[in-house]
Amino acid sequence: MTATTERAVGSDVRRLEGPDKVRGRAPYAYEHELGAQAVFVALVQSTVARGRITAIDSAAATAVPGVLAVLTHEDAPRLGDVVEELRVLQGPQVQYVGEPVAAVVAETSEVARDAAARVQVTYESGAPDVVLTADRTDLYAPEQLMAGFETDSVIGDVDTALAAAPVSVDVTYTTPVQHNNPIEMHATVARWDGDVLRMWDANQGPHNLVPVITEAFGITADQLHITSPHVGGAFGSKAFTHVHQLIAGMAAKVTGRTVKVELTRQQMFTLVGHRTPTIQRLRLGAQPDGTLTAISHEVVEHTSQNAEFAEQTATATRLMYAAPARRTTHRLARLDVPPPTIMRAPGETPGMYALESAVDELAVELGIDPVELRLRNEPARDPERDVPWSTRNLVACLTEGAQRFGWAGRDPRPGVREDGRWLVGTGVAAATYPTRRRPSEARIQAVPGQPYVVSIDASDIGTGARTALTQIAADALRVPLDQVDLRIADSRLPKASGAGGSTGITSWGPAILAAADELRDREVPPGGLTVTGSSGPGEEAEQLSSHAFGAHFAEVRVDRDSGEVRVPRMTGVFAAGRIINPVTARSQFLGGMTMGLSMALHEQTVLDAGRGHFANHDLAEYHVAAHADVGAMDIHWLDEVDEAHNPLGAKGIGEIGIVGAAAAIGNAYWHATGRRVRDLPITPDRYFG
Amino acid sequence: MDREITLEVDGAGRASTVDTRTSLLDALRERLGVTSAKKGCDHGQCGACTVLLDGRRVNSCLVLAVTADGAQVTTSDGLAGEGPHRLHETFVDHDAYQCGYCTPGQIASAAGVLAEVAQGWPSAVTEDLVAERTELTDAEIRERMSGNLCRCAAYANIVPAIAEVAVEQGVRA
Repeated sequence: MTATTERAVGSDVRRLEGPDKVRGRAPYAYEHELGAQAVFVALVQSTVARGRITAIDSAAATAVPGVLAVLTHEDAPRLGDVVEELRVLQGPQVQYVGEPVAAVVAETSEVARDAAARVQVTYESGAPDVVLTADRTDLYAPEQLMAGFETDSVIGDVDTALAAAPVSVDVTYTTPVQHNNPIEMHATVARWDGDVLRMWDANQGPHNLVPVITEAFGITADQLHITSPHVGGAFGSKAFTHVHQLIAGMAAKVTGRTVKVELTRQQMFTLVGHRTPTIQRLRLGAQPDGTLTAISHEVVEHTSQNAEFAEQTATATRLMYAAPARRTTHRLARLDVPPPTIMRAPGETPGMYALESAVDELAVELGIDPVELRLRNEPARDPERDVPWSTRNLVACLTEGAQRFGWAGRDPRPGVREDGRWLVGTGVAAATYPTRRRPSEARIQAVPGQPYVVSIDASDIGTGARTALTQIAADALRVPLDQVDLRIADSRLPKASGAGGSTGITSWGPAILAAADELRDREVPPGGLTVTGSSGPGEEAEQLSSHAFGAHFAEVRVDRDSGEVRVPRMTGVFAAGRIINPVTARSQFLGGMTMGLSMALHEQTVLDAGRGHFANHDLAEYHVAAHADVGAMDIHWLDEVDEAHNPLGAKGIGEIGIVGAAAAIGNAYWHATGRRVRDLPITPDRYFG
Repeated sequence: MDREITLEVDGAGRASTVDTRTSLLDALRERLGVTSAKKGCDHGQCGACTVLLDGRRVNSCLVLAVTADGAQVTTSDGLAGEGPHRLHETFVDHDAYQCGYCTPGQIASAAGVLAEVAQGWPSAVTEDLVAERTELTDAEIRERMSGNLCRCAAYANIVPAIAEVAVEQGVRA
């Protein structure tokens, strides 16, 4: 395997597309085909959570001048064998509020929206069932969790160990529905060029969409061409195929035009997924010296009627700390809600919030410093898989972070530090995220005197992948950056995994290295030479436990009169393998930590129990952190290279920044106020009730 | 109902036929092919569509295009002269963005902030409301930029990117 020379890798390269992005010249999905006389789609959505359409009257909509077509379940093109949640406009059944029941295609967006409001739909409906509780009688154990994890894990006699533990905690945390809400709303531009479907689409990797869209429209992969050069954020919501992409293909087929579908912000709350709410019971048992004797983490979460989404919420608990007796379980309730999806570190984000909050509560019970308690329970090997770590530097993250933050000498007593009206506290939490590789292929075309053309269907959703992959290719080919012409985000390029699960660099980078290896020591003929390379998971996946680790420290201030919560500073220290580009890596950690702050203090989508809809479905009512919410962010990483996992020695950094961040803030809130809030978000009213 | 309007967009006169229901944002994006201003919510909640309308920052999704007939509209792209605007350079240098979608709105908004501070406009965090000179501190930047959401959360990089230009323009020591 080609070793990188570290000329470009590890150096501060600014984003290659930066000058275009800051001026607004980098085209996102909706901004393609500006001169194509495109037509526009507006959706009609169900107003009931469960039921059946008994009549649909589109005559008034069709009569609006400029309307080209109204698609309903009665006349929309039939789709192939797609999964239930994607069978849009295929039948009268309704399974959640906001499900598309008609689509209007018109010459302008104003006319499309006007006409959509004129479609009359009547339903036969029943009362929605949308409230998740831990004592529902219909909770069930899924066959397995997402990413193939076992539903439950049990080692030792947990109940006996808990009963015998000299010190223990038994606490329940809840996290609400949250929404990814990338600022670029999901959008698709679609046109049929003969029997070829051309799409410009906002997604996390065009190849992710190919199996579903080809099946839906009965075409081959050669008859589908998707490009997505710039994507305005995703955080998971753009990973999988959603109904609007199929509606775009149908509308283009029916009208023979270039159609543009852009979801509204309100539609983003129903049609592209959400993070499932969780109810998590944590029980920890320990010796008086802090040695854990038992860990139990039981999770209840929801999924939808039309899809099973089983989030792996407690899987991080399987590896964080040593303990002889341990148990994790996951149970689901199938509710009348839209299908959940992945949202930045699905599983780890809510799961580590609960575990790391419970560890803090145990530290208080024990009278042991919470950093020290974690150090005392460091496992030498993966405690459940019983394999060695490829690298694990949690201890170094905690100690380095404590030093940077100024943790030493912290008074453990809660509610005793005042600064005027403000109560002040500090908190800590650990972070982890799995390191994985997925199959990917790359191609390099060499022509004497020209830059190398490096092609891979990778995706840059704001991660900096375009820049980092160019750095990797430049070093592998031993040329300066400007001698690499990187091409990504096109379904006709060599197949690669999507941007998700923090697997981009670990999957795509080694594929480029492998292709470059094929070129090594070969003379390039005047007519040029094309080589390919591929990469995928190897023995390391079975033989080693590979994870990034980190530590968060936060200072919280709470106004004792208003309950307002401020976070003036956070420190995050990460051990996440080789860092390809320090500039963009720092932004990834920063973005994750800030999203964790947002989760701790602001984010919650409220399900209306009576009508079954998401009540606060816009950015005025679903709060995300804004400029004024964020203070000083100190971000640091350790020198770590994990070549036992992949030849780049990288681990993936897109998600670990959010994991544990909300727990550090919650723990600091307790330290400031003496109040333990166990239900996110920690809004001002929690101080009073 | 359609109406003919004329806008000066980023220095160029542009005529367009718009529906009376067309927002300034949709006039730019869907009718004139000017996509520097972005749509992130269409309700004035995210700031991605921020442009300078006759020199003052607005959420262009909340302005009806017909009411802007004859106005001067400046997007982030239009801030550039012969070369990029200093905000373009400092945003790239500080990596004050990730996906880049909210960024033209952040930059148009920042240009508006710099002008507002130069004119002595106070904000909700300004201590002396009648002072002749307001210093564009970090707290002032955060407050004045809070109408521009960044879901990638580059906020901590956006503040120094704006501060650097503020120093150059004499509104920050």
